[in-house]
Amino acid sequence: MPKEVTDVICPFCGTLCDDIRITVSDDNKTILGVKNACAIGAEKFNHQRLPGRVKLPRMRQADGTFKEVSYDEAIDWTAKMLVKSRKTLMYGWASTSCQAMSIGHDIAEKVGGIVDNCATVCHGSSLIAIEDVGVPSCTLGEVKNRADRVIFWGCNPAHAHPRHMSRYSIFPRGFFTVKGHKGRKIYCVDCRYTDTAKCADEFIQVQQGYDYELLNAFRTAARGEALPDTVGGVPKEKIYEIVEDLKTARFGIIFFGMGLTHSMGRNHNIDIAINLTRDMNDFTKFAIMAMRGHWNVTGSGQVLGWQYGFPYAVDLSRRDQARHQTGETTSVDLLNRNEVEACFYIATDPGAHFPVDAMVSSSKKPTVTIDPHINCTTEISDLHIPVAMVGVETGGCAYRMDNVPIETRKVVEPPEGMLTDEELLTRINQRVDELLAKGGA
Amino acid sequence: MSEYIIKNGHVFDPVQGIKGDKKDIAVKDGKIVDKVGSSAKTIDAKGKTVMAGALDIHAHVAGPKVNAGRWYRPEDKHFDSHKVPGITRIEGGKSIPTVFKTGYAYARMGFTFVMEAAMPPMYARHVHEEIHDTPIIDEAALPVFGNNWFILEYLKNQEVENAAAYIAWILRQTKGYGIKCVNPGGTEAWAWGLNCLTIDDPVPYFDITPAEIVTGLMKANEYLGLPHSFHVHQNDLGNPGNFKVTLDTLKLADGIKVRNNFGREQVMHSTHLQFHAYGGDSFANIESKSKEIMDYINKHDNITMDTGNVTLDETTTMTADGPFEHHLHALNHLKWFNVDVELETGAGVVPYIYSPNVSVNAIQWAIGLELALYAKDPMRCFISTDHPNAGPFTRYPRVYSWLMSKKVRDERLNTFKNADKVIDATYLAEIDKEISLYELAQMTRAGPAKALGLGKDYGGLANGMNADIAIYNINPDKFPSTGAEIEKAFANVAYLFKDGKICVEEGKVVDIGKKHTFWVDAKVNENKQVMHDIREKFLKYYSLSEANYPVPESYAPHQHILTVDAVQ
Amino acid sequence: MAEKKITLNIITCRTIQQGVGMEAGKTSQKYFDACTIIQMHPDDFKKLGAWRNTNVRVTSSVGSVILKAVETREDLVPGLAHIPMGPWANRIVPGYTFSTGEPCFKGFPADVEIAAGERIMGAIEVLQDACGLIRK
Repeated sequence: MPKEVTDVICPFCGTLCDDIRITVSDDNKTILGVKNACAIGAEKFNHQRLPGRVKLPRMRQADGTFKEVSYDEAIDWTAKMLVKSRKTLMYGWASTSCQAMSIGHDIAEKVGGIVDNCATVCHGSSLIAIEDVGVPSCTLGEVKNRADRVIFWGCNPAHAHPRHMSRYSIFPRGFFTVKGHKGRKIYCVDCRYTDTAKCADEFIQVQQGYDYELLNAFRTAARGEALPDTVGGVPKEKIYEIVEDLKTARFGIIFFGMGLTHSMGRNHNIDIAINLTRDMNDFTKFAIMAMRGHWNVTGSGQVLGWQYGFPYAVDLSRRDQARHQTGETTSVDLLNRNEVEACFYIATDPGAHFPVDAMVSSSKKPTVTIDPHINCTTEISDLHIPVAMVGVETGGCAYRMDNVPIETRKVVEPPEGMLTDEELLTRINQRVDELLAKGGA
Repeated sequence: MSEYIIKNGHVFDPVQGIKGDKKDIAVKDGKIVDKVGSSAKTIDAKGKTVMAGALDIHAHVAGPKVNAGRWYRPEDKHFDSHKVPGITRIEGGKSIPTVFKTGYAYARMGFTFVMEAAMPPMYARHVHEEIHDTPIIDEAALPVFGNNWFILEYLKNQEVENAAAYIAWILRQTKGYGIKCVNPGGTEAWAWGLNCLTIDDPVPYFDITPAEIVTGLMKANEYLGLPHSFHVHQNDLGNPGNFKVTLDTLKLADGIKVRNNFGREQVMHSTHLQFHAYGGDSFANIESKSKEIMDYINKHDNITMDTGNVTLDETTTMTADGPFEHHLHALNHLKWFNVDVELETGAGVVPYIYSPNVSVNAIQWAIGLELALYAKDPMRCFISTDHPNAGPFTRYPRVYSWLMSKKVRDERLNTFKNADKVIDATYLAEIDKEISLYELAQMTRAGPAKALGLGKDYGGLANGMNADIAIYNINPDKFPSTGAEIEKAFANVAYLFKDGKICVEEGKVVDIGKKHTFWVDAKVNENKQVMHDIREKFLKYYSLSEANYPVPESYAPHQHILTVDAVQ
Repeated sequence: MAEKKITLNIITCRTIQQGVGMEAGKTSQKYFDACTIIQMHPDDFKKLGAWRNTNVRVTSSVGSVILKAVETREDLVPGLAHIPMGPWANRIVPGYTFSTGEPCFKGFPADVEIAAGERIMGAIEVLQDACGLIRK
């Protein structure tokens, strides 16, 4: 008899929905159905039963083909690579558990790695801004229960966080928000009329790359100062009108995303958005939240934070000191400038998501990629080690976009003989210890 | 397991009333025993001071706001992120140490237990992940209740039994230790940008006053008979004139009867009292009211307190008193972090520089010391810095030097930029008292252990107690005379025993031992009303499901559970 | 009179189809269909003289890639084009980070010209080609 597992946490995006219901076969090996997840989450769970799963590590041969090797061989090769390299980029982490990350950091300290996570190409700009100006924020339930003004700025949850609007930000009826979306005014600021904008009460079209100027104008308007006729393509009358409306809010929240972090200005775009939020707190209650993309990129930041004091781009290559400096210890820069000797990718696909020049540089280094599936990076690596899907075939702690920790569940058994990230990293760690005790690779 | 005999040390043990006599301490199988065999390893403690491992009753060392502080202050690691000799991981952070540094630094100073002062229940998994990664020291965490919607509703209706049942449920879900209350009512008000500044200001919508919250929580604490008492951070922290609110709050403990099986005698623990002992009506005329506060506390033996000493450092303030942090940010314009936590609480973080050149900071420094020096019962007055709010915990040795030597503290007092103004506004110059080693042991070992309900096994050196022992390079007969020497002696133990294992030797970590997570499991009558309310609020208002709320067992591999039977 | 080559401001972002495709697998048809497009405004189609759903060559300061030009559902403005994130988009994303760690994923110029007869590479191929790792 198939059974239903409830309260499952979806391991896709930072919304970290925890009300998923999965129907599982009697023998605990196959996912038969998914309820409550969005299209992307459903695809992830349903993918579990597709044929063609990589079962064993694959080593690239001289002629470019891949040959299966045992886990022992793969672990040995990886440990040797790590011990030999003086400075290894250890990037990814955003789709594995906190428990696994902890083991990875232990390895990094021993072998001299630079631990970086996906924030480096995502909300890194936000983290830099937070390092400069702090951030007034809240949990998603506060938005659900209190918010009556919601601004989506440079983000598109309809596509990237599909259930965000129904679980937290537009539609839910909360304690002080019993009218649901009728009791909220929703603004969407973007350079194009996105599907999220279609759910908003008011759409503000900003000229692409002019968000900083527009945020600056909002702050200026909030202080009652003079504005030019248009800013970023938005007429000043509209700016004053919106700001006056925001001042009448009981609880306002700004959600923002890659529209601000990726465009010109990077961290300064976030910096000024945070300052606007802080200014609005002089008039009423306002908060701001980054729409974190991966389901556990926040978790990687948390673990790096409590272990080394920095949220990403942590250089442990000196082995006695943790260093962090964006531009110096961030992955894309390290690859651009050819400053690492080996690459270790886990729970990520930089081959698909890093700019090509960085990956050309990466492909020239000995590379190990740890991932349940074949992806762009595995096909330019020397070694691909498959592992169980976290949140599906093994559990582990994850952190939501508002930093709330949730322990993901094991829903089905992994394929026979497959290791989890935790088990694999533990064995790599042991092999590294053995090699170091013998005096190097 | 190993046997040790610690020979010829000067023992300071308030549990047995030993005030520096030379006495051998025998350790076997993690406990202090009467005697050990001839194969026991000898530790030469001649000319050294031997005390139980210290307990820090209130520090912010693990959790979401602590980590937010770490994230947003990369400069806190500047020139300070190095590995030191010993079997240690990389350490970093001056005012907000990383978890590895936290464990090692406390152990090096002779501490074996730290209480994480405020745990938002929704984020409990995070607190426990950090506690799990903090080496050597035992830890516990106090969930916060003073702004919790369930508590506000139950106490408004005076349903103490329901409040107690909910609290017991939270302690189990979050592996929490007791009842913490921060800025009662004010942090819920802050979710609308407001605050509660006196004990009679009603909370918006919930219409309950801080006085009712405080009284109700004390009653619930005694109904349950928890090992620790109600632990409170009063309203109106940090504002000149707030001593009145403090006295009003302390008075609420009158008439509450203590009830528990753990040896605890207080019904209220009032924390970081330095921040709540201000007279005057603005920062221009702020003055010390430590004498008035301590007069009250000295006469009411059902209250304990910790000092919250300012250390005159650049540090980071962090507290569940969200509105206070916004206020502080408005004063010093340094970067402000804030989070409001649905149905439960909130928190804020703002860096702060306590400068000897700023009179207000110097006055705060003096007030903290006065509180400790005016205490008539050192078993009820504990030393803290509300780490990192008034200063980093690594400054405890400096605080001890000010308390134990009038000469050292007067040197500091008389060299302030506006020394005359500071002396005028405080009592410190006229206090001659110097805390003795025995009193220090009361204020940092036996006292906090008793207040936490751990007095049976911790905070002392009697037979049968846990072998958590600190040996300092201090000869009581030749007590160091300069501040620097006192600091140095307390900053690096000669030996730290934790559960009978040597973890630190001459300030160097040699073994990480086994840390435990302490929590309290209180059994209560089945309460269908509370379970229904919990179910309903999770379905309707929380953004997380009830099934995903508890802390899984794997997060605390070594648990030390205190069971309480509160079934009536 | 249509121009042989137009210059557009490019942004690269997630789409839900790209997310679903990614979870179906990087080598899946769903992923290919979701990511190998460049969404352009009708005015820009006119300026270029291109039919909808034709292949075009998109060239930036760092590289060049063949994509299918489609009309957008999420309205753009003239001069602004959108390519879903992925290895195709990243063939042309400039990697300079201004010391922030973040490449220029959004807001960089690229030339677009008709390349109707040219083939779009597969996901793995488009990356291996850049790295010189295609097996002969």
